[in-house]
Amino acid sequence: MQKFEYVSPTTKEQAVALLGENWGDVEVLAGGTDLLSLMKDYITTPRRVVNLKGIAALSGVRYSASGLRLGALATFDDVLSNTAVRRNYPAIWAAVEGVTSPQIRAMGTVGGDLCQRPRCWYYRAGYGLLAKDETGHALVPDGDNRYHAILGHNSGAYFVNPSSLAPALIALAAKIGVYGPKGARQVDAAEFFRAPGGDGEREYQLSPNEIVTEVLVPAPGGMKNATYEVRQREALDWPLASASVALKLTGRNVGAARIALGHVAPVPWRAGAAESALVGKAVTEQTAAAAAEAALADAKPLSRNAYKVQLARVAVKRAILAAAG
Amino acid sequence: MAEYKWPEADKRVHLGKRISRIDGPEKVAGRAKYAYDINRPGMLFGKIVRSPYAHAKITSIDTSAAERIPGVRAVKIIQGPGTEIQWAGDEIVAIAAVDEGAAEDAARAVKIEYERLPHLVNEQDRSSIPDSALIPTAESVVGDPAKAFSEADVTVEGVYGNEVITHCCLESHGQIAEWTDENNVLLHPSTQSVSSVGGQLAQSLRIPAGNVHVKMDHIGGGFGSKFQIDRWGVECANLSKLAGGKPVKLMLERDAELTVAGVRPSIRARVKVGAKKDGTLTAWESETWGTGGQGGFGTLPVPYVWTGIPNQRKNQTTVKTNTGPARAWRAPNHPQVCLITMAALDDLSAELKMDPLDFFIKNIAMTGVRAKVYEEELLKAAEMIEWKKNWHPRGEGGAGPIKRGLGLSIHTWGGGPHASDCDLTIHPDGAVEVKMGTQDLGTGTRTVLRIVAAETLGLPLDAVKVMIGDNRFPVSGSSGGSTTVGGISSSTRRASTDALNQLLAKVAPDLNAQADQLEAVGGRIQVIGDSSRGMTWKQACAKLGTQPLTVRGKQPGQGTLASSGVGGAQMADVSVDIETGVVKVNKFVAVQDCGLVIDEKTAESQVFGAMIMGVCFSLYEERIMDDRTGRVLNPNMEFYKLAGIGDVGEMKVHFMKGPGYDDRGVIGLGEPPTVSPGAALSNAVANAIGVRVGTLPMTPDRVLAALARKGGSNAKI
Ligand SMILES: Cc1cc2nc3c(=O)[nH]c(=O)nc-3n(C[C@H](O)[C@H](O)[C@H](O)COP(=O)(O)OP(=O)(O)OC[C@H]3O[C@@H](n4cnc5c(N)ncnc54)[C@H](O)[C@@H]3O)c2cc1C
Repeated sequence: MQKFEYVSPTTKEQAVALLGENWGDVEVLAGGTDLLSLMKDYITTPRRVVNLKGIAALSGVRYSASGLRLGALATFDDVLSNTAVRRNYPAIWAAVEGVTSPQIRAMGTVGGDLCQRPRCWYYRAGYGLLAKDETGHALVPDGDNRYHAILGHNSGAYFVNPSSLAPALIALAAKIGVYGPKGARQVDAAEFFRAPGGDGEREYQLSPNEIVTEVLVPAPGGMKNATYEVRQREALDWPLASASVALKLTGRNVGAARIALGHVAPVPWRAGAAESALVGKAVTEQTAAAAAEAALADAKPLSRNAYKVQLARVAVKRAILAAAG
Repeated sequence: MAEYKWPEADKRVHLGKRISRIDGPEKVAGRAKYAYDINRPGMLFGKIVRSPYAHAKITSIDTSAAERIPGVRAVKIIQGPGTEIQWAGDEIVAIAAVDEGAAEDAARAVKIEYERLPHLVNEQDRSSIPDSALIPTAESVVGDPAKAFSEADVTVEGVYGNEVITHCCLESHGQIAEWTDENNVLLHPSTQSVSSVGGQLAQSLRIPAGNVHVKMDHIGGGFGSKFQIDRWGVECANLSKLAGGKPVKLMLERDAELTVAGVRPSIRARVKVGAKKDGTLTAWESETWGTGGQGGFGTLPVPYVWTGIPNQRKNQTTVKTNTGPARAWRAPNHPQVCLITMAALDDLSAELKMDPLDFFIKNIAMTGVRAKVYEEELLKAAEMIEWKKNWHPRGEGGAGPIKRGLGLSIHTWGGGPHASDCDLTIHPDGAVEVKMGTQDLGTGTRTVLRIVAAETLGLPLDAVKVMIGDNRFPVSGSSGGSTTVGGISSSTRRASTDALNQLLAKVAPDLNAQADQLEAVGGRIQVIGDSSRGMTWKQACAKLGTQPLTVRGKQPGQGTLASSGVGGAQMADVSVDIETGVVKVNKFVAVQDCGLVIDEKTAESQVFGAMIMGVCFSLYEERIMDDRTGRVLNPNMEFYKLAGIGDVGEMKVHFMKGPGYDDRGVIGLGEPPTVSPGAALSNAVANAIGVRVGTLPMTPDRVLAALARKGGSNAKI
């Protein structure tokens, strides 16, 4: 790991003042479960690391009539041990529960989960976010892409967004609180992520000198919600595909639906077509399957990952049934 | 001449009981020191610069910048310009520095230029392999396979395979080496060969064989990959010498461990089998290929176990790839050939519409000398998994997306004893020591030594001190091939018996008896069957005067104490989600013969470990090579997937014991139970979903692809 300066501010104002103008110059440290591996593997080589853990204002999980606030430093364990989350936001709870490593649950944070970097094995081996070899040849399309994107990869980013929390937050219409030199702002979770155009960019809508401070989830207000992850193992592993669903039922029929898929595209994937397919209908095996079909209608699997289309469909169907049930 | 045999069943005090491993507490508490944990005063850290290319010629190496980095103490070129590198990750330059950071910085500062050459890293698609990479083995024919197939009522042909896997030792390979003076080296390796690794190093260093002192208390896994000193071991000692003898710690990083420290060769096979309507097996034909890097892997024993199939035609090809070299992996070749054999026979039984258990038993005579053992074991395993109640014809796994199925397999192994010398010392104060240059791989070697000595001397277990892991102790074999338990228990039984006889001779006059009328039981020496004429162990040992008594016991070869040749049967119960292709193990049972069981508990944990490794390679594990870059894509424990405790299902083990088994003496156990899991689980999945998932690991993509071939309901949800 390259040598770096380590700073531990106690306020967000101090933290932001310590950040850089360009990505990679300064890195923010939360639980460190991802950042440390990135640095050990020389994927990022910051000259300074700014530790957020000394900023008390960024921690905590709080539920009230107006909704849920997850501090950026709230750990997976903090979220899992909160009974209000479990009761009102099963979509969030299930997504967090899927991270089965006790160590990551103890250290990993909400902000870190949203800002963690892609797990594409070419990226992690040093071939860059867009995974190109020294001749500029893109390695993913004709390489081993079994875990890569099946949707939204037109821009040339083939990795999948790794966050399991993000689809749940999108389904629940959460907002992400950001703080920077110009003060605080809020971004819809659905707008927070982006497919980067190269290594100088990131996969989320932050400037290099901004940090995530909190996540605000509206009161459930009768939104029934669920997450279904297709996981191969109980041991710590990435979902092969996941879906988070929030439904408002009017009588037996779906009045409103928000559906987002995880681990299928460079961004958490909002499935508008699936939402429309469901609205106005009662939730049954058939309508859930039809919505799942609609969600994946535009899928463009790569050479080795067509199976993920099926898995994503199953995730959507099962998440809808779980939310309604 | 003393008679060496194991005590009769009714006389056994410790032998065959459930005894916890004696080093368990220190391991659990973190007190046990592995090579990785050892830190020596003034120790330097070693690092290796590796080839990023799978096939390339080194054209130049410039280490000057690396040498200038502060803290760097030694830089050594391992393979110089002109060398042709055959796999990514191969060792090129070794560096030692005062801390890991400086070593890493220096490694990154080495400039190496390569001329890249074309590489081949995957062999699945046989048609794309150039002839130059193929090494065929001569065809082997038994009987008249062509005629047998033409006369068979039923034939099936299938394609089966298992990807390359690694050993994935949780403690990576490596060591700490230091020159204690100009001519002597102290080595703390992670090794399966305490008694021989020092000699290997001495030879490379051109110093006398006895000048390398090897010490190792604990090892974090070897599985067949840690018999050699290895290039990194030799270079570690070289770095130490260059740095004036300072200790150098050089342990492989996880990515290097998974790239260069050993793999199990893949297997790909086209197998055809034929039978008569009544289920009599008549013919076998196989064409197999696979890769283990640049080397070969011997002639595969196919058809596995069913050697008596009367008509056979077998072809085998080894594919040379630019990938890290193969090493012995727990029962070398057996798991692969077991898979292709048992899967083909299971497919044949499905085609015959026979229960595979009935089909196996009907043909069991074709397995040869151990037919009776297999039959008994199959019936026992069937009872444990309630086969007759739970089995259903292939594909009738129930309504709904979750299908349940059962599968079975049988396997064999040798496991005869290796050479072993044991020194047993009885001190005048009654203390007893066992000394041996062996190693405990986590298999329970220490525990077995203590049990055997205590049993023989009529003492409680904690009266025996066990000293191993040092090459200055009597020579004992490498722990490989399931040879250890037979070797070390025989030599210890003999040393203990001889020592006891000498002690009995000393005390006999005091008891007014002949030595051969005495026995050692319950911590006493007494006239056989007469506790009124005896003395305590301590009183007896005091008769030794001032001199301790040390006796060397030698493992004499196979005989009453140890022999070889075992059979085992395993059955698995799985559930498969046919919408996602995710396989879960519900229950997995193993029935194993290993002769006389010395410690039921550590023996059982060997089998559990083997079954867990089996679940790993059946469902999750594979080394993934990238065609274009020639590199391993998953040299980490994130995508090189192993099972967690929640993935292994309920496991049950039964040992075949008593007359016919115990009297064969001790037989090794480490390997046999690793052989069947792939076949048993593959057969269970086929039974559940109605179609064969040909290649292990049975990942969701492979399961869904198999279902799609069947054209079943899964094409869409
Ligand atoms: C084998 C494996 C399996 C895993 N499986 C899953 C899974 O199924 N689902 C899942 O969601 N995750 C999974 N994880 C990832 C894990 O959840 C993340 O490592 C963790 O959430 C990161 O949080 P952290 O606080 O440790 O982040 P850090 O490592 O501290 O930071 C990660 C990144 O986010 C940035 N960052 C952190 N906090 C902030 C902030 N407040 N503002 C701006 N930037 C910030 C850092 O600069 C860094 O780039 C898995 C990890 C592994 C190794």
